[in-house]
Amino acid sequence: MRLQLALKDALVGAVVAALLFVPLVALRTDVGSTGALTLRYRWTDAAILIGLVFIGRLALVLWMGRDGLRPSTSAGPWTLRLQRLGKLAAPAFLAVALVLPAIPGIDRYWLDLGILVLTYVMLGWGLNIVVGLAGLLDLGYVAFYAVGAYSYALLAQYFGLSFWVCLPLAGVLAAFWGILLGFPVLRLRGDYLAIVTLAFGEIIRVVLLNWVSLTGGPNGISGIPRPSFFGLPFSMAGGEGTFAGFFGLEPSSTHRVIFLYYLILALALLTNWVTIRLRRQPLGRAWEALREDEIACRALGINVTVTKLTAFALGAMFGGFAGAFFATRQAFISPESFTFIESAIILAIVVLGGLGSQIGVAIAALALIGGTEIFRDLQEWRMLVFGGAMVVIMVLRPRGLVGTRTPSIALGKRRAIDGKLVGEGHG
Amino acid sequence: MAYALQQLINGISLGMIYGLIAVGYTMVYGIIGMINFAHGDVFMIGAFLSLIAVLLLSMGGVMGGPAGIILVLLLSVVITGVYGWAIERIAYRPLRGSFRLAPLISAIGLSIVLQNFVQVSQGARVKPMETLVPGGIEVMREEGFVVQFAYTQMMIIGVTLAVLAVFTILVTRTPLGRAMRACEQDRKMASLLGIDTDKTISLTFVIGAALASVAGTMYLLRYGVIDFYIGFLAGVKAFTAAVLGGIGSLPGAVLGGLLIGLIETFWSAYFSVQYKDVAAFSILVLTLIFLPTGLLGRQEVEKV
Amino acid sequence: MSRPILEVQGLTMRFGGLTAVSGVSFAARSGEITALIGPNGAGKTTLFNCVTGFYRPSEGIIRLHKPGEPPTELQRLAGHRIARAGVARTFQNIRLFPGMTALENLLIAQHNRLMASTGWGIGAVLGLSGYPRAERQAVELAKRWLTATDLMDRADDPAGALPYGQQRRLEIARAMCTEPALLCLDEPAAGLNPRESDELARLLLDIRAEGTSILLIEHDMGVVMRISDRVVVLDHGVLIADGTPAEVRRNAKVIAAYLGEDEEEVAAADDRRAMPQASAAGLNRSGSNP
Repeated sequence: MRLQLALKDALVGAVVAALLFVPLVALRTDVGSTGALTLRYRWTDAAILIGLVFIGRLALVLWMGRDGLRPSTSAGPWTLRLQRLGKLAAPAFLAVALVLPAIPGIDRYWLDLGILVLTYVMLGWGLNIVVGLAGLLDLGYVAFYAVGAYSYALLAQYFGLSFWVCLPLAGVLAAFWGILLGFPVLRLRGDYLAIVTLAFGEIIRVVLLNWVSLTGGPNGISGIPRPSFFGLPFSMAGGEGTFAGFFGLEPSSTHRVIFLYYLILALALLTNWVTIRLRRQPLGRAWEALREDEIACRALGINVTVTKLTAFALGAMFGGFAGAFFATRQAFISPESFTFIESAIILAIVVLGGLGSQIGVAIAALALIGGTEIFRDLQEWRMLVFGGAMVVIMVLRPRGLVGTRTPSIALGKRRAIDGKLVGEGHG
Repeated sequence: MAYALQQLINGISLGMIYGLIAVGYTMVYGIIGMINFAHGDVFMIGAFLSLIAVLLLSMGGVMGGPAGIILVLLLSVVITGVYGWAIERIAYRPLRGSFRLAPLISAIGLSIVLQNFVQVSQGARVKPMETLVPGGIEVMREEGFVVQFAYTQMMIIGVTLAVLAVFTILVTRTPLGRAMRACEQDRKMASLLGIDTDKTISLTFVIGAALASVAGTMYLLRYGVIDFYIGFLAGVKAFTAAVLGGIGSLPGAVLGGLLIGLIETFWSAYFSVQYKDVAAFSILVLTLIFLPTGLLGRQEVEKV
Repeated sequence: MSRPILEVQGLTMRFGGLTAVSGVSFAARSGEITALIGPNGAGKTTLFNCVTGFYRPSEGIIRLHKPGEPPTELQRLAGHRIARAGVARTFQNIRLFPGMTALENLLIAQHNRLMASTGWGIGAVLGLSGYPRAERQAVELAKRWLTATDLMDRADDPAGALPYGQQRRLEIARAMCTEPALLCLDEPAAGLNPRESDELARLLLDIRAEGTSILLIEHDMGVVMRISDRVVVLDHGVLIADGTPAEVRRNAKVIAAYLGEDEEEVAAADDRRAMPQASAAGLNRSGSNP
């Protein structure tokens, strides 16, 4: 009986897959040598895909039943274990992160990957303030990342300011833009706010792309100064007044990478520290209250606009810091790095990690960015896998990996609050 | 004068394409209250399927003439409809009644999947197609400037109006249309009254995808160049059109599409081509701030 | 006779062509419980929303007389300033912060005071300010109201997980944590069983005894007649009676408004039809206000 049902389901799946894949996979359009389009047949590829769908569906229905894959919001074995480990997991992660450069066998590739992951951890934590705590759906977060990056690049290029002067400036400028953009739109709700922030992100990108005289347009800005170790530059030449020279080390290109690694680790931890502290204070509680019920907040005398703006500005500021770091690390930036897809990735990290959960966001960034790095050589496959992972995780765990909320204060023991009760904001 | 007239013609035909896509946004928003983030990519899929159909048919020697184009439309509508169904089934239905952000994220994920799927399967290079319907009617001539009303533009306007007419009848006169409107008002009540809401929502996605696929075919025939990334911008602009017209309102979506098409065309013609996307995005922002219910939308009163 | 705490003068509220409240004037006295009653659609909730700053009235003045301070004209204030001026409210359909604990709910009510003590966020992040002391005081106040509303053992439970009656009490406790001069309650007894209604009545009398004045909308006539010092009756957006419970009960217009509809039933609006039976039967709540 079950086999029959499974076969029927699998057959339906295969027919749908055939309709989806035969035209787009089996018939490949190519620009021929004459410039005209030709069709190339790839029946085996399509057949493999259809076969996979058939077998996959069959196995799924046989193994887990027809409704085997259902969204689950309750704390699964996964989350429970994570919570129990929570107190240990966070320090363990931190310890590994701290000693990573010293672990034998960690070469430049791993450090670069660590820097990349930490950048997204920081961006995720920054956006978590806006989306996770205050419940404001921001799809244009990359705009502030861009503001930070271009602030540093331009200030360095035109005024010769050093990284350490520009870092706070980049944060302040990004926060300023956050307030400027946030003010008119924060009374919008839900999806509307999302789409307006998306539009703002795109406007900033298009302006960066076309204001050639200032930003170099699509060519971007290159030769952005690298950071110094409190005034000591990293130089392969070594010698007096350089990092290696001062500490009497053999000049090495890894010094700078290690320094950049610790820099982004420090910036990310700063973001985390500020968030955790604020969450236990009136401002952070007001953000969460806003996410739960805006009207009740107003009745309690909370200035809703100002509270939303602080969340928006603070989130933007950390985005700006990350942007300045990105610029100094790459030494080259162009509008290409600040597309909508970046915003989507950061938002995905926050939502997949679990809104409001710091450890969840860090794990999600590690899994998504580090995990898809495996597919690095197959550039386009990487994003395909990434998008697919987003869909699958959301469908199975709509509340993210860590779906519970920890109270900010308690008379007795702090008990995690089920995600079902926690609001997610309306704007 | 002649220049402006030419822009008017271009703007209307572009606006019709936006309008067709916008109807899909507005329908889905009306029925499940969310932005279908993958809808722009459905339009892109429709354009690719049309291209493949054109190539297949010309190899079989049946392309050429109105019959060929109708066949292309049919093929692409059917398969894009299946894509619309699959999107709803995969990214939306499991999450119905769940947290609001979850379907949004899964839809963004699916949008990434669709784009990269086409990029992998069809290649990242742009696909230029020889124009199938060249030429047009010369409307007027002024100081050496010829105003041309291309056959493809006539076709866009004609097909769009015909499709919208059929669609309007479908929504206003048939049981399916009634079921859709009932779900829009109150989904729970509709299901208590015996309406299969799952099926109705599925069909809404299919119809929306079919309209987007028509837009894709029209886009391909008129502009002749497509790539896997055309869906994003077209999607945002069509969504702007839906918001401008008043989300949830079908005539509003078409009106909004026309306005966006016209504004974009005139902006490019008289101000700056580079910033034409900024124009569309700015309209979106300004509409939402100053006219959140759009031109033809309903006013909502905040309940306490 | 004490001074007024709230003075409403010529209050009119129009929605497009519809006049929901028209030229209503009354005063709520300091240290008293004033009840606002009337059939469904009489304009009670509209009036209430004007007083608590959710609607801006089309015409009229709403004046709050806080002891020892010059009067405040509430209709001029922005929504979030009303609570700071000394007016707190609850909602007909409870609006707690469901994912936050009872204690957190009560701390959010003290947001403005706490915020000031943190140096607007910055000082507290750096650990510089007198915030810990302010928070201890806030927790003390919260504990006091948790005890008063008999919710002490639920302090660390999420508000959304509490049973209905406890949620109602928590919402009142939360409003009281803003330390208001005037507490506005929108149907506090709705959905409560008789025992819970009794407890509520006692709680409100305690609150009054501590010096907070109360303005409440209520359908439960038992509660209204038992605890109110003064009753204001609205019908069709117009004030038809204003007096002690005993006076109002005898008022011919009031009886007509509640009971007289049978004679003009044909003309009566559909949504008001349920009202006469319910109130004639005595003490039930009927329907909800639009």
